[in-house]
Amino acid sequence: MRYLISRRIVQVSIIVFYILAHLYGLKILEGNLSSSILFGAIPLSDPFAVLQMFVAGSIITMDIFIGALIITIFYGLLGGRMFCSWVCPVNIVTDAANYLRRKLGITAIQKRVYMSRNIRYWVLGLSLFLSFFMGLTAFELVSPISILHRGLIFGMGFGFSVVLIIFFFDLLVHENGWCGYVCPLGAFYSLVGKYSLIRVKHNVDKCTECMECKVVCPEKEVLFMVGKSSQIVNMGACTNCARCIEVCADDALNFSIRNFSKKNKE
Amino acid sequence: MQKGHMSDRRKFILTMARSVGLAGIGALIWSSVLEESVHASLLLRPPGALNEEEFLKTCIKCGLCVSACPYDTLKLAAPGDKKPMGTPFFDAREIPCYMCEDIPCVPVCPSGALGEKSVSSNGELDINLAKMGVAVVDPYACIAFWGIQCDACYRACPLLDEAIVLEYERNERTGKHAFLKPVVVPDVCTGCGMCEHACITEKASITILPREVVMGRAGDHYVKGWDKQDQKRVKNARATITKTEISKKSALDSLNDETGLFE
Repeated sequence: MRYLISRRIVQVSIIVFYILAHLYGLKILEGNLSSSILFGAIPLSDPFAVLQMFVAGSIITMDIFIGALIITIFYGLLGGRMFCSWVCPVNIVTDAANYLRRKLGITAIQKRVYMSRNIRYWVLGLSLFLSFFMGLTAFELVSPISILHRGLIFGMGFGFSVVLIIFFFDLLVHENGWCGYVCPLGAFYSLVGKYSLIRVKHNVDKCTECMECKVVCPEKEVLFMVGKSSQIVNMGACTNCARCIEVCADDALNFSIRNFSKKNKE
Repeated sequence: MQKGHMSDRRKFILTMARSVGLAGIGALIWSSVLEESVHASLLLRPPGALNEEEFLKTCIKCGLCVSACPYDTLKLAAPGDKKPMGTPFFDAREIPCYMCEDIPCVPVCPSGALGEKSVSSNGELDINLAKMGVAVVDPYACIAFWGIQCDACYRACPLLDEAIVLEYERNERTGKHAFLKPVVVPDVCTGCGMCEHACITEKASITILPREVVMGRAGDHYVKGWDKQDQKRVKNARATITKTEISKKSALDSLNDETGLFE
């Protein structure tokens, strides 16, 4: 539970800091997840939004460029796709939907709707394609992620309907439907974080093959090695959410640091 | 073996074709949604904003300008506002721009969608240079045009007697009163909206609209004959010459043709 609680604390406190900055001018984290200022000085920008702006033909300012670079380096070198499970507020919504889905046993009784994990990469490509040809930031103008975090900070409007749609899509249509199959931001961070250092490591000697980890994992494909070989979870799609670590009763899964030198020897 | 290879390739081509087809439908729906949201309504941007087309490319929708605004004038468009989502705007009738001298909303913009250059002269910020929109008067609803005295917009204007001037005119109906008609000077008007906010009619009779929508352009064919500087523009004028069968013949001067008139 400790990882789940820490994730929720991180997710909620980020939004709370944004709200405090907007309402009372507290200079810890100002702006929103698209672009912000940390401690009144360090710029942070969503690299995917900046990429769309660049493709649309906007002149990228130094502030925005540095901000996007910091974020890209952080997730690319260190965190991997951590944004999705530790920062993104939609994660709370989809986690709730998937928790309910498991509790109600919907996955067991429902006929599976076929969706490919690759849809998100197509959506990613499409958002850049449309940004280029329409001269707009195509995903940013419709993004449910932005609608939610912007809504929480600056006022929701009808944004709750979008959040509800995602909740019911994940609950009733497809398990992990939004985050695992559609969201282009998740796809973007999967690509960015492919070679990051922080990784879940599987120890096959301790594994009893109960497969509990595969039940809770929102990106089941990344756990292909469970019960087969001891190695790190090296696919970019892993969000480092640590659900597999928490559910494992045998201590066969744990966080570790990727060891590049060892990998080269093999 | 050969056959299996073929079907693999065929499968791949088919999968790709299907994906492209689905992506096409996705693009169609997605682009029409974007098109709708972008052209949905006339909206007012914060001071120093780039033109609308560039603004939509450049604004990263972080809301720092909104947080910086001390009067809660600026808002970020949420779903249901029918405006490009996440972009800052203001509704002048509700809360106008109060034209802060230090323009807090502009320097905080990280993306350059709000540019300091367009609102500063000699390296100093000057809110009077802002061009957020332009005020337009409806002379049928404005009671000053009826002959009732009201100079609410004139008094509310932060550029008093510069952006809105009063035009005096004799009221022929009563024979002893004057009309005090508010007239906007578009070159000076910043589009702050304090006039629209102050307007006393049920629905404002003076409204701020985006400049691109309201402002006309005379073109280089029309110059002020009494202005030496302005006359130079005529050199830029380009004529369109239409050639048809008839234009080969010289023009028939039928009006001044006197042949046979006095016979």
